[in-house]
Amino acid sequence: MKSGSNLERLLERGEFVVTGELGPPKGPDGEAVREKARMLKGNVDAVNITDNQTAIVRMSSIAACKILIDEGLEPNMQMVARDRNRIAMMSDIFGASALGIRNMLCLSGDHQTFGNHPEAKNVFDIDSIQMIHMVKTMRDEHKVICGEEIEGDLKMFIGAACNPFADPAWYRPLRLAKKVEAGVDFIQTQCIFDMKRFREFMKQVVDMGLHEKCKILAGVTPLKSVGMARYMANNVSGIIIPEEIIERLKGAGKNNAANEGIKMLCEQMQELREMEGIAGIHLMAIEWEHKVGEIMETAGFLPRPKA
Amino acid sequence: MIVGERKPFSEILSMVERYSKILIIGCGSCVTVCMAGGEEEVKLLASQLRIALRKNNRDVEVAEAMALRQCDDEYMNDPVLLDRVRAADIVISMACGVGVQHATTFFNRVISDKPIKVVPALNTTFMGANVDVGIWEERCVGCGNCVLEKTGGICPITMCAKSLLNGPCGGSSNGKCEVDKDKDCAWHLIVERLKALGELDRIKEVEPYKDWRPSHHGGPRRIVREDMRI
Repeated sequence: MKSGSNLERLLERGEFVVTGELGPPKGPDGEAVREKARMLKGNVDAVNITDNQTAIVRMSSIAACKILIDEGLEPNMQMVARDRNRIAMMSDIFGASALGIRNMLCLSGDHQTFGNHPEAKNVFDIDSIQMIHMVKTMRDEHKVICGEEIEGDLKMFIGAACNPFADPAWYRPLRLAKKVEAGVDFIQTQCIFDMKRFREFMKQVVDMGLHEKCKILAGVTPLKSVGMARYMANNVSGIIIPEEIIERLKGAGKNNAANEGIKMLCEQMQELREMEGIAGIHLMAIEWEHKVGEIMETAGFLPRPKA
Repeated sequence: MIVGERKPFSEILSMVERYSKILIIGCGSCVTVCMAGGEEEVKLLASQLRIALRKNNRDVEVAEAMALRQCDDEYMNDPVLLDRVRAADIVISMACGVGVQHATTFFNRVISDKPIKVVPALNTTFMGANVDVGIWEERCVGCGNCVLEKTGGICPITMCAKSLLNGPCGGSSNGKCEVDKDKDCAWHLIVERLKALGELDRIKEVEPYKDWRPSHHGGPRRIVREDMRI
């Protein structure tokens, strides 16, 4: 075992895992984290805690992860390269490990111009792929970047993101291969709506054998309304929503669009479960944590396996 | 070249309005080429200042001068220029930040009878190229360790909004950067160029952590060429 996390154990056992996501509050209210955590408990196998997502200042990922552990959930700590140099990252990873955090996701991070402090200076001392390599070196070679020995063991299951819908499309499997080479254990993809393009991407990934070298979790998000679908398609970078999905939501009528969205999501989750190379699902129910139980139940993914 | 842009007039005016003898010095190199601080721009700024300052019925003198390179002693060590600097209450430099600082150091070294104050009329924006008529774009951040050979002649540190060293982030869409749809994704350009060159293997390996020491992370950098020292 590299980390001994529930997520790692389940994946190693061949279970089809489901991870959730929780965005910490824009303030110091720990109760807000606990409230969301209670909605997710028992419904997912681990929960991503975002790190100042979209560059908006929020409670730190590490602190929110610790609250989750205290609530009996397993966190997956996201860390972005935008705000910390290598010194701060390694220090925070030691701290996270000491607090019992066993999974982390290495990300570049949304550029600060998207957030609420566009005038801030970014860091980007190292990039997400180098971050994977850094954590792996710390864990497997007991060394920090400079080569000095680490005191004690670092247990961490190393994750990273992948956007199959970004351009150039032909390069995306090669970039994933680079993350594998850097030492990633698991991948969570960007939200998938265009299943045709995702299928093509996964075919290349499987042909390259990458699914055997890391566990790939397919990212999904429930669409709540036609407006939300259009907004995401137009404003969130790297998201493609095919017109037929929007048409189906429209056809359901305004009052029933959310239910139709959940229905589509459950069908998609079933489809992904059968797809070669997919080891699990990363369910991003943004500000819809209270619906996660219902989604998981409807999709036939409950109860969750014991680690 | 070093590309600069003139500061707003109100800002320049606020720096000099309490003085009576103002000398504006243009620079004949980079900022002349990018049309921000050359002879023409000196004339224009001088006229604007005269009109604005004389409106208040003040007896103000605004003189104009040029130096071919304000960043080099050789072109600043001109007795006529030095006399005019000595006669002024304040000097406005229309050079880049390098020129303004060099002028400050140089004038205060060679003129010992009074302190000389030099203020900037430009914002120094970047090291860049003239990519089209009236358009300049940044091309180098001077990181001190050039990687262009590996990246198909396109700099990821300058041209990528996140200075990534291992390929395009997830925000690259239709060849454009997620930060600004008017800007190309540097890594999109790099991978397409390398593919065309048949050199994609060059970026297959994980690029090691960058050593930022040669970059601007420890005070001013310095080069000493012993072979050139006298």
